[in-house]
Amino acid sequence: MIGLISYLAFFATMAGILAIVVLGLNLQWGYTGLFNGGVVAFFGAGAYGTMILGGRPEPGQFGGFEWPFLFALAGGVLLAGAIAWIVGILTLRLRHDYLAIATFGVAVAFESIARNAEWLTGGAKGLRGFPRPLEAAIGNTFVYGLCFLAMVMAVLAAVYWALQRLVQSPYGRALRAIREDEVAARSLGKNPTRLRLQSFVIGSMIMGVAGGLYVAFYAFVSPQDLAPILTFQVWAMLIVGGAGNNRGAVLGAFLIWGAWTGSGFALSKFAPAAMQLYTGPIQYILIGTVIVVMLLWRPQGLLPERITQRFTKTASKVGTTSKGAF
Amino acid sequence: MTALLTIAALEAGYVRDLPILRQVNLSVMRASLTVIIGPNGAGKSTLIKAIAGLVPVSAGTVTLDGADITGIRPDQMGALGLAYVPQTDNIFRHLTIRENLALVLRRVPDRTTRLDELYALFPPLAAKQADRAGSLSGGQRQMLAVAMALSGRPRVMLMDEPSAGLSPKIAAEVLDLTRSLTAQGVTVLLVEQNVKQALRVADHCYILAEGRNQLDGPAAAILSDPMVAEIYLGGKRVGAA
Repeated sequence: MIGLISYLAFFATMAGILAIVVLGLNLQWGYTGLFNGGVVAFFGAGAYGTMILGGRPEPGQFGGFEWPFLFALAGGVLLAGAIAWIVGILTLRLRHDYLAIATFGVAVAFESIARNAEWLTGGAKGLRGFPRPLEAAIGNTFVYGLCFLAMVMAVLAAVYWALQRLVQSPYGRALRAIREDEVAARSLGKNPTRLRLQSFVIGSMIMGVAGGLYVAFYAFVSPQDLAPILTFQVWAMLIVGGAGNNRGAVLGAFLIWGAWTGSGFALSKFAPAAMQLYTGPIQYILIGTVIVVMLLWRPQGLLPERITQRFTKTASKVGTTSKGAF
Repeated sequence: MTALLTIAALEAGYVRDLPILRQVNLSVMRASLTVIIGPNGAGKSTLIKAIAGLVPVSAGTVTLDGADITGIRPDQMGALGLAYVPQTDNIFRHLTIRENLALVLRRVPDRTTRLDELYALFPPLAAKQADRAGSLSGGQRQMLAVAMALSGRPRVMLMDEPSAGLSPKIAAEVLDLTRSLTAQGVTVLLVEQNVKQALRVADHCYILAEGRNQLDGPAAAILSDPMVAEIYLGGKRVGAA
């Protein structure tokens, strides 16, 4: 029983971390129309930044400053934001597919740096040894797993709440306006360049938060964690859940992570031994198929974008206005 | 009556060293409706976009009430009292009607009062304020676009073919609505393909062809000019053999 609960806690912790990444992508794509094809770069920046600042010192290795977790996490998030700001200034003039290609290139470059800058990132073997927050105080591994899950869920809830506030505010309305038509938004006094950059940086910092939690969870990070498949997984989560809907983003994360781990388990349990060699590629095909099927069958996702609740309520009194609506 | 908006020797285009507009001159009187007509490719929309700062200006000046606003950034236009209504995609379909209006009203100090005024001016929008703008009919979409442009109480409205894609009846209503703005003191510069209807409501008309001024005068005089149809339909220059 404890084994099953431990596994479920592990599953939910990873799904929660990925849900935070998907929420970051939803701000960029779902609400602002920015096609970020380099999700892993910002997730990785958060992970490596947190690890370098908060990890244990290793001989011949830069970092290992053993900063308290929250400070290390903040540093990782700021690193993700700084990279997003530089990348954003250089690439946000590009549209859709061109932006996707450019940001995908950034992710490839980041993974390449992580693999080769051994003094900084540990190279292919990665960085290990992270003092997980409160682990020593709690002691029991099982209880600690549940506590860590609670922390991830609390962060997920906080990010969700903050993003809901953001997208329902006039600022969120402006983001959705530039997503739909930049020229019209510009002619109405909005500055699309600035708004796109802000959304890109905020979304990437949220991805950095997830990266920091990931590194605290595993106490390890390597270039293997930055494989392009993670970007596609996150995109599949958003497409399945519903772009432009934060609840959809969270739902998609749990569903796709469930399908991913479930398919891996089923293949290892029931597939012929020869076929088990191809578990990874089969799962990649699964993710690709899910994306294509959803785009053909239900492109708006399981939970489509909805009219903003705040406005639905205030607008119910037809012909009257409310200061809160602005 | 004095000119509020003046265009002098304007050259503008989408590609460097390839101007679409060549030495265009134009004056728009206060609280009047001026229409720009001309054949396809004449540069009408380019002219209005150049005034709105959406197309780079390579030479010439745009003056608003004596102040040079050449090359103004589009997002700064509203603060100067200019509003631009694009030909298409001029509303945000996935936002509600109220959200569309709120986008612009954000910068208006008495926004609550202004929203009520706009709803009084456009009752169909009030009735559908909680609906997505994408659910509106073509005429209502133009009505919303006009309402959004009016939100900040502009001095000048630049409108790019507001009747495009509408049935003749709705097109006439939209142009009548445009005309009514001048009674509120708004100066309107309009680009139209719907020549007869536009001349019916306009005070003054400019004809462009090949990016240059061809003819201008009072709308009534242009409407009765036998050369206009030939110029408009064939793109032939006045005086050409």
